[in-house]
Amino acid sequence: MTWLNAVIQGVLLGGFYALFACGLSLLFGVMGIINLAHGDFAVIAGYVAVVLVPQTHLPMVFGFLVVVPIFALGGYILQRTLFQAALSRGDPLTILLVTFGLSVITENALLQAFTSNGQSLNIGNLIADSINPSTVISISDISLAVLIIAVVVLGGLQLMLSRTSMGRSIRAVADDREAAELVGINHRHVFGIAAAIALATVALAGLASGMITEFAPTTGTSNLLFAFEAVVIGGIGSLWGTLVGGMVLGIAQQIGAQINPAYQILAGNVVFLAVLAFRSRGLFAVREVA
Amino acid sequence: MSGSRPPLLEVEDLTVHHGQLRAVSGVSFSLLPGETFAIIGANGAGKSTLLRTIVGLHRASSGRIRLDGKDVTGTPTVARLSQGLALVPEGRRLFPSLTVEENLKVGAHRARPGPFDIARIYQLFPWMVDRRRQRAARLSGGEQQAVAIGRALVSNPRILLLDELSLGLAPVVVQRIYGLLPELLADGVTVLLVEQDVTQAMRVATRVLCLLEGRATLEGTPAELSRAQIEAAYFGLATGDPGTEGAVPS
Repeated sequence: MTWLNAVIQGVLLGGFYALFACGLSLLFGVMGIINLAHGDFAVIAGYVAVVLVPQTHLPMVFGFLVVVPIFALGGYILQRTLFQAALSRGDPLTILLVTFGLSVITENALLQAFTSNGQSLNIGNLIADSINPSTVISISDISLAVLIIAVVVLGGLQLMLSRTSMGRSIRAVADDREAAELVGINHRHVFGIAAAIALATVALAGLASGMITEFAPTTGTSNLLFAFEAVVIGGIGSLWGTLVGGMVLGIAQQIGAQINPAYQILAGNVVFLAVLAFRSRGLFAVREVA
Repeated sequence: MSGSRPPLLEVEDLTVHHGQLRAVSGVSFSLLPGETFAIIGANGAGKSTLLRTIVGLHRASSGRIRLDGKDVTGTPTVARLSQGLALVPEGRRLFPSLTVEENLKVGAHRARPGPFDIARIYQLFPWMVDRRRQRAARLSGGEQQAVAIGRALVSNPRILLLDELSLGLAPVVVQRIYGLLPELLADGVTVLLVEQDVTQAMRVATRVLCLLEGRATLEGTPAELSRAQIEAAYFGLATGDPGTEGAVPS
């Protein structure tokens, strides 16, 4: 039963990883941006909530109503200015360095403003509510909510990409920017939209992590590794793959922790390396090489 | 130029650089509505660069491009499409992860009003109906070329620019694709094509322009040009008259 509980906790954790990773996957899949500041963006979302949400008199659980629109808009602006300028230089290293620089600046600015103490988003008693189907299995309501949100967000994104006109434009631009210009798609605008979506999802992930655990200015970097692992395990270019990748990683970590609490991160990394070694394109690689 | 109709497209003294290289130098020509105008020339003569500059993928270093009398030299590619310039690029350049139908839908995304829609493309290429849900990457070269033409046509261009349709395709397939041109012309589409295969170009074109190392060396109708003239202009051979630029008829 305790093993079953480990698997359940792993799935719950995996939902969070997937929510966190899908923006990373989108930025890489569409623009080829490896966003080293992705984890820091999630942390910023937490601090934005800490500062802004109390002023709106909304309960913290609904903080996303405030933070997500700000991040979507910020994502569009960031892409159209800094990221686009870096991409336009044509060297893939430039954008990598820009996101690395953003990460360093963010962490130091947050340290300066908020100290290195951990913070969390106070959602009151909700944090303690859980479903207990047996004495050893406990499913926290908020973790379950995050998992549901992750599934809805990734499913919605997948549906948007495959069914809507904007989704087609995003995929067309990801395939061939110049050919997309030729059919009348302004790739800079489409990039902006993709970045807006990516930042909106990372804001959700940042809020989720702030509600479930706590965050500090430097937690972004360590979470970033898990997001990369989820994307790579699932297969680059597949959002469902990212969801499964997040869960595989989450389950591996929880089972590792069940064996020995010290093995939690190690077990995740071992599974990640095993996927790289035996299925280097991920479990759900979809994109065909043209 | 001849005729009382105003030209649809005018290229005037156009020069384009690829970094240090002068890929197109001082090329002028004009395109009348309803023409099939072919630009021929050897590899590296600047044909593709010329077409790409006309649709705005390259910046002109100097010179003018006018569409229907309106200067479009500085207009972005996306806006030129809505003014009626659609390019079928060299190498097809379909969106490989999109299906056949999605490629066409993307093409229709900024369509001008006109005779072409996806249903019409399916009429032109009936095989596409059964394969519309297949990814473009899985089509053969000839099929991809057809989808690429369809993708450009659904935007209802006034001028369809075709870059090296025959490249990498079997002669039979090339014949079949060029066989479509009369139908397009009947719908009022003017065609500007670039072709390395001179015989093919001479067969379909109403007028031909030959480029050599970025310069126009010969222009005329297929009927009035002799094989020797074309060879001289194409390869830059001196035919009694030294200096290739001298071969341009006024």
